[in-house]
Amino acid sequence: MLHTPGNPVTAHRPGVLHSKKQQHWVETESRRYIPAPQESVIGVIVHRSAEAYRVDLGSAHLATLDALAFEGATKRNRPALKVGNLVYARVSLANRDMDPELECFDATTRKADGFGELKDGFMVECSLGTCRKLLDSTHFLLPALAQKFPFEVAVGVNGRVWVRAGSTKATIGVSRAIQMLDNRRTSDEEVASYIQQMDV
Amino acid sequence: MPRDVEPSINQRDFIFSAIQQGLRVDGRSPLQARKTTIRFGNSLGWVECSIGETRVVAQISATVTRPYFDRPFEGIIVIHTEFSPMASSAYETGRPSEEEITMARILEKTIRRSEALDREALCILAGQKVSVPHRETNTKIVRGQQVWTLRLTIQFLADEGNLLDCACMAAMAALRHFRKPEVEVVGDEATMFSPEERAPVPLALHHQPLCVSFVSLGPRNTPVMDPSRLEEQLAHGKMTISLNAQKEICVLQKAGGVALPADEVLHAVNVAVSRVRDMSDLLNRSLEEDSRTRVIEVR
Repeated sequence: MLHTPGNPVTAHRPGVLHSKKQQHWVETESRRYIPAPQESVIGVIVHRSAEAYRVDLGSAHLATLDALAFEGATKRNRPALKVGNLVYARVSLANRDMDPELECFDATTRKADGFGELKDGFMVECSLGTCRKLLDSTHFLLPALAQKFPFEVAVGVNGRVWVRAGSTKATIGVSRAIQMLDNRRTSDEEVASYIQQMDV
Repeated sequence: MPRDVEPSINQRDFIFSAIQQGLRVDGRSPLQARKTTIRFGNSLGWVECSIGETRVVAQISATVTRPYFDRPFEGIIVIHTEFSPMASSAYETGRPSEEEITMARILEKTIRRSEALDREALCILAGQKVSVPHRETNTKIVRGQQVWTLRLTIQFLADEGNLLDCACMAAMAALRHFRKPEVEVVGDEATMFSPEERAPVPLALHHQPLCVSFVSLGPRNTPVMDPSRLEEQLAHGKMTISLNAQKEICVLQKAGGVALPADEVLHAVNVAVSRVRDMSDLLNRSLEEDSRTRVIEVR
């Protein structure tokens, strides 16, 4: 949303307007991610060099992930990621004149806190709105799935969700449920009944 | 920045291990296709076809032109494929990739080279006489002067894999849906009637070829029908079979990729036959439904 002094606030993206006390925001169903500081994202390593990795976030430009931006990483001892690996990271710097930068630790504690390489599992792509829905703790989907079987999930706000469950079938089940939620043609009730009928 | 980021290692390993168990990420079995739908627009010859989330629009327009010099009795069909970044960020306008050219060529082979369309029926004035007496027989050389040029424009709206099958289906549906204005020829003169005066006439089609694509996935090269975009990217090889519901194979394209044993190719052909029958049935049903809601007759 754009506010210039003296003028009313105007939205510069189409979407549903949400308000909470003094906060107003527009929720869009966009699939194109625009990096913003402190957001958790899932990236694919597309290039590696001695000091840094180049990571694809699904945004217009590649992001830079410093090779030392991991918990406990030193010049001698640092994680060796390959091209094609997935990382769960936090956007540490994002402005319009520079490529975004990522870090794989918490800004205050410098602990990994879940960030880092995502091993095995499967990555689902969905709209940014669906990702935000999944991050909402009151949303029905993930708790409903957790009733059926245990699984791990990492939600990046860049339209990517990583899933790992005990079996291939269960992982497919979670990813399909997320894709159904993402699909505008399926209602929440249909997703819920799919989860109910899921046989894993 | 047009590019196609390689799928991650996690996705590759997962899809490969799933296919070994006979599972696919979208819940299908390896030889199962996604839901196919056909939607007709307001104008005749405008068709939107979708297979899963893949969407293609085909549109036909007809104009009267001079025939090619060496084929004076045949109409012309121009197939124009438009790849735009709208379908996927991997496509760029004006600079077709190898994959895009292959796709356009298979479409061309399937529709034009298989003689799906009766091109001679597109000739309007074959009998216009040019007064040049032939040296031996003394009959006059007859050269067609006016033919229909059909322009088939295929636009790719969304690429979620298997664009080719979707495009071919849309193109065939458009050819069957389209109607050209009625033309009456008296002597050397042709009169074209507006749709208000006389009902436009459908095109003459010989048969209805449709494409079915397979990819080889995973360590054991399991054949997979109607691949999604991710599966296409990870595939070791792709094979496209174009055939009609009468089991006549028009094109079998297997450019590069992993080698396939003969029995697997035959099996794929058999699977393709039943898939093409399903698609033809759907096409016939949709056309019938559409014709019930549409008023074409004038009287």
